[in-house]
Amino acid sequence: MIAWLSAVAAVTVQLVVMVAAAPLVVGLARQSRAWVEGRAGAGVLQPWRDLRKLLLKEPVQAEGTRLQVAAPVVLLATSLMVCAQVPLVGTVSLPGLPGDLFVVVSVLLVGTVALAVLGLDSGTAFGGMGSSRHMTIAALVEPTVLVAVFAVSIPAGSSALSQIMNERLAAPSTIASPASLMAVVALGIAVLAETGRLPVDNPATHLELTMVHEAMVLESSGRDLAWVELGSWLRLAALVGLVGNLLVPWGQATTASPGALLVGILTLLAKLALSAVVLGAAEVFLAKVRLFRVPELLAGSFALAFLAVTTSYLVT
Amino acid sequence: MPATTYAQLVGTAAGVLLLSAVLVVWRRSLIAAVRLLALQGVALAVLVAVMALHAGEGALLLVAVLVLVLKAVVLPGAVRRAMQLAAGEREEAPLLNPTAALLACVALAGLAYVVSAPLVEIGDDPALRVVPVGVSLVLIGLLTIASRRRAMSQLIGFVMMDNGIATVALLTAGGVPLVVELGVSLDVLLVVLILAVLTTRMRSVFGDTDLDELRELREE
Repeated sequence: MIAWLSAVAAVTVQLVVMVAAAPLVVGLARQSRAWVEGRAGAGVLQPWRDLRKLLLKEPVQAEGTRLQVAAPVVLLATSLMVCAQVPLVGTVSLPGLPGDLFVVVSVLLVGTVALAVLGLDSGTAFGGMGSSRHMTIAALVEPTVLVAVFAVSIPAGSSALSQIMNERLAAPSTIASPASLMAVVALGIAVLAETGRLPVDNPATHLELTMVHEAMVLESSGRDLAWVELGSWLRLAALVGLVGNLLVPWGQATTASPGALLVGILTLLAKLALSAVVLGAAEVFLAKVRLFRVPELLAGSFALAFLAVTTSYLVT
Repeated sequence: MPATTYAQLVGTAAGVLLLSAVLVVWRRSLIAAVRLLALQGVALAVLVAVMALHAGEGALLLVAVLVLVLKAVVLPGAVRRAMQLAAGEREEAPLLNPTAALLACVALAGLAYVVSAPLVEIGDDPALRVVPVGVSLVLIGLLTIASRRRAMSQLIGFVMMDNGIATVALLTAGGVPLVVELGVSLDVLLVVLILAVLTTRMRSVFGDTDLDELRELREE
């Protein structure tokens, strides 16, 4: 009972930290991009201000459909669930809530479909276009993620994320092995595609010919839009944090004691901040690839993931 | 050298070999391909050196130095020089688009693992587990030769194939005798030099190095 309670406490702490930090991650990425480009930028807190503004506004909703209200909530719920499952602050997981990577990928896919349905439901040309592109990319990303996950889970002998992290903490030499590096790079490309960052989708544009994510949320407003945005940001923060933790697993709390959790929170915030700055600064130097060349990028990442699986049999 | 370090070094070198081959297929730019070829040469030399240190053979160390000079410096240098003479041809226009080529690479790597399974099962040596990498290098090199138009890319595919053959020979037989290795290396060097010269000639005659243009016989 005590173990269960402390696990609940640890997961709750992780959820609160992630909800507080996710808008800041996006804000920091935008701000660092602005710094590199020589602009003043809107400040790190701007996404939080946007959220507050959206929540205070009355949403404009079409009559005769509930999807416009339901889909954002589903997206937010799946994002929160991912945040609860992925080891971010610590590797303590709830008994009964599997932190299995395959489950995490499926939950992410539910959110992806909810967003696509939201785009289709508005009935506008842009929404449908965005949804179709979004699903195309998702269909290409999914095999990459699964194969990369398989490669990462071979050394640990388990696809449970907390066990993979514990294995990496215990044997740091597996992190630098070629198989693991290739798998993490493949996973990184897949995460960029999944969360709609450059070079797959440009989060800063509403240009009708290129937008993917923005096209789907054009018709949402008020709190619906707030839930969509918060859900997407949470998803980005959780996945970036996961890749960061796979590369640098140190600092995660392996027990639910307050001291370990505090260290876990601080290191997680440091990793997220560093990733956000790198992400924002790197995007200045990247151009969005044509939609028809996205499969090329994702095929490359799939090849990397597959080779990671094959080479992980070399060193065992 | 401890057994685990040996296994890790062999695995890392093999990983770099395979990765560079796949990246050659991925990238369109010829300059990047030549750099990757040099990287592959370095990885092969490291692999030979690790094997030499593990087996304690002086002759193999000599082979490692030879491989380093030839495959990491001389051959990429010759290809790059041919490319500079044929200025303006920086991009490959492959017959197979990169997506299909990458998936073909994945399939070929899988095939290499299936085909070389009996070789892997001979013994416990970590080096034997890397044999599939050599076989996939040969197959990917062949794919590059078959799917590319430019003479330079075919040259790169040819050198990749040779790297693969050298890897397999080294891993299964502990390296070929020095005399044979010298002979083969000189052969490859000559082929590359002749092709490099031929490329320049082709360019001055046809204004292009697209080998598909060479199908017809012409009288002049």
